[in-house]
Amino acid sequence: MSAQIDYRANKSIVEESMRRWQSAPLNKDNAMKAVDNSVLLRVENISKQFPGTLALDNVSLDIKRGEVHVLFGENGAGKSTLIQIIAGVHRPTKGKIFLNGQDTVLQNVHQARDLGISTVFQEFSIIPQLTVGENLFLGSEMTKGPLLDKTKLRDQANETLERLGFPLDPNKQVMYLSRAEQQMVEIAKAFRTKPSIIILDEPTASLTERETEQLFLKIEELKREGIGIIYITHRINEIQRIGDRITVLRDGKFVSTIPVKEASEEKLVELMTGRVIDQVFPNINFNPDKSLLKIEGLTLQNNILQDVSMEIREGEVVGIAGLVGSGKSEVGRAIFGLEKIAKGKIDFCGNTVYSSNRHINTLKPRTMLDSGMYYLPSDRREEGLVMVQNVRENVSLASLGLKTFSYNWFLRRAGEKKSVTEVSKKLDINPPNIERALEHFSGGNQQKALIGKALVRDIKLFIFDEPTVGVDVGARMLIYKFIAELCEEGAGVILISSDLPEILNLAHRAYVMHRGVLQAELPKEQLSEQSVFKYFFEKEKGA
Amino acid sequence: MNSNHAENVNENLLEVGFMNKIINLLKVVFVKAGVLPWFLIIAVIFLAISTDTFLTESNLSTVARQSTYLVLAAMAQMVVLLTRGLDLSIGTMFAMSSVTTSMTMVALSASGMSPWLAITMGCLAGIATCMIIGVFNGSIIAIFDVPPFVMTLATSSIVAGLAFYTTGGTPVYGMPGGFSDIFGYGKVFGFSVPVCITIVFIIGMYFLINWTRLGRYFYAIGGNPKAAALSGINTKRVIFITYVLAGFITGVAALLLTARLESGESNIGVEYPLMSIAACAIGGVSIFGGIGRLSGVVLGAIFIILVQNGMNLLQLNSYLQMVVIGILLILAVVADNYRLKLLLTMNE
Repeated sequence: MSAQIDYRANKSIVEESMRRWQSAPLNKDNAMKAVDNSVLLRVENISKQFPGTLALDNVSLDIKRGEVHVLFGENGAGKSTLIQIIAGVHRPTKGKIFLNGQDTVLQNVHQARDLGISTVFQEFSIIPQLTVGENLFLGSEMTKGPLLDKTKLRDQANETLERLGFPLDPNKQVMYLSRAEQQMVEIAKAFRTKPSIIILDEPTASLTERETEQLFLKIEELKREGIGIIYITHRINEIQRIGDRITVLRDGKFVSTIPVKEASEEKLVELMTGRVIDQVFPNINFNPDKSLLKIEGLTLQNNILQDVSMEIREGEVVGIAGLVGSGKSEVGRAIFGLEKIAKGKIDFCGNTVYSSNRHINTLKPRTMLDSGMYYLPSDRREEGLVMVQNVRENVSLASLGLKTFSYNWFLRRAGEKKSVTEVSKKLDINPPNIERALEHFSGGNQQKALIGKALVRDIKLFIFDEPTVGVDVGARMLIYKFIAELCEEGAGVILISSDLPEILNLAHRAYVMHRGVLQAELPKEQLSEQSVFKYFFEKEKGA
Repeated sequence: MNSNHAENVNENLLEVGFMNKIINLLKVVFVKAGVLPWFLIIAVIFLAISTDTFLTESNLSTVARQSTYLVLAAMAQMVVLLTRGLDLSIGTMFAMSSVTTSMTMVALSASGMSPWLAITMGCLAGIATCMIIGVFNGSIIAIFDVPPFVMTLATSSIVAGLAFYTTGGTPVYGMPGGFSDIFGYGKVFGFSVPVCITIVFIIGMYFLINWTRLGRYFYAIGGNPKAAALSGINTKRVIFITYVLAGFITGVAALLLTARLESGESNIGVEYPLMSIAACAIGGVSIFGGIGRLSGVVLGAIFIILVQNGMNLLQLNSYLQMVVIGILLILAVVADNYRLKLLLTMNE
């Protein structure tokens, strides 16, 4: 059809506009005037039919030059499908895309990229075995005749990374980088081609505060240069920090586009869920009872934790806050037997389960589970769930030795079915089909299944490690409600989280970690953003 | 006229509706049962028409008996594949077990032991040999994290070397006649003994895989080893067990084959590593672990033997037979991928 012609026409326009902003002085006012208000991209009445589901239903949206347009909605609302259409991954069943006013058909990601649309996907599209530089130019390698031009590739990679201010070595293999650094590579890949539209799908999910701040500065800069940014996030404070307009989707339908100024948290949640919600965080009654877990002087062999002491009682929620790499996650992992301990003593339910002095070590997932401790890992795909198995098999997996599920070595499949059906009803797993493979559920429902694993057995201490990463508000509220119920029924809860509001609102008490050292223990009355933040960095000055 | 016309249209519509229903039904059956039953039906119909001998009782019982060795080997392979493993040493297990079984029997008979005791000891020696090889594979893979491909490849070199070294490559004759009479040619209620033993193993395997904790752990470890470990499963121990179990099942298969051949051979079993993987793949077992049904594996093995038997009856050149088996393997996997896609759209 007319796609090919449009493609060429558009390409020249994009190139033209790129030349313009490249040569334009970086004077803020000037740039703002030159680019203000013109629409870069408009999607009109887009629908997308997948076999059996209508993922998008008549959605319209436009991106202006120099704006951050936030896409907001629950998991499964159609955000991902929409950006995949804009990025050229899927083609719409109905509707049109106008790029710089021209009717455009996006055939694939490559073409979209050539037209100036770059995407940072949530699922990493980088290859661990290749170097940073090789990843940046994957698919568009520079060649000298039939051979790779490695010098040029390295130089250009260096240039791109320098331009973005990312302190990465282009010759390093990606698999040796931290998750945050990998995220930087992913972002650099999108920024390499100097695009006119950038799509960022939850880019801060694994970045530290400092790295996030760096990214936001970059985004400000891009805005000044007239680049349009589509930004997906679940974090409301980020929206207020960098967003200009917000489009809310619900069940594949367009709900509303509003300026960020008018978007309060209540309003957004209401638009997203379609109902008025008075409170995201529940109030949790505080009835602490006897001591459950006591950690004394815990030091790991790799020194990620040094001399950490904590205590958790029955009937309380204890938060562990800290930046990425502070060791907060390792506390949970260590007491579940997933880290190698050098020194220290751990008592659980009155029994010493680890003592370096007395050479006691019974720390193993199996024994800890059996004595009533459960650790929910932060990465549900990687460590939490068997994605190819169904809900029933996943929920029962950690408890197959119990009477409900087996008799000696033999499984009681009827008992299993009954027990898991109950739990899935309680957790409102949707669709309510426990025989469906987990990979076909949304992130929120997968997270519910992960929690379900703990609910089919008797647990006294729950360790939640980032329980709401990549989970929408609906599922989040349900998870909070469960934490509240578990605690009020007398269980102890350790809440390890990078999401500060979560700790501030749910915890009765919080520990703050910094570089493997316990910085402070804050009671409820002293828990505030300032007090916690102070300890995030505190001792660096002193040291 | 008008009403007539309308009726005609109605009838056509009905017919279209009926056809759609049939197509949908076929789709459902295809999705539920997989490609294999169709392959089998087509093969049986084709061979029944194109040969006179295929559907005879004697030929079918030959197919059944010939299938037993591969069915057992494929089940052994399946257990290992489910946990993301692979066992290439199955072939040399056949050879080594055949050698130890026969040499034990010959030596013990010569020393004046009663034939039945000698046979029992020989059988135990053969099965033990394979289990020891399984222990060797399993412990090094589980403890030292050696990739199963490399480990079992190395094992098969070691074991093949030992088997040839001990026999000098010549067959071992002189086993008590009772051994072959029972395990090679014996019959129980009209069924040959190897078939009966294989059926017992299929039933045992069915319960192990679907109704025990160990079976569930196979799938969980293959699906996500880290999640399995965090669920309190001793993944190393389970992986170790799969290789020993594979050794045990292979040991029984090797015994049956040795009995049939009436001699200990250090050069048998060469085809089984690849054939067992092929049977699993045709039967829908994922090479990446965590997915696969026992029924598929058994039917897959039977299908391969059935096609080979048919091609023999048709007097197809044996080299061309290899070509046909290869093509069928590819077809089966392609069709299965299509099935999974169809399954997804139907689920929605």
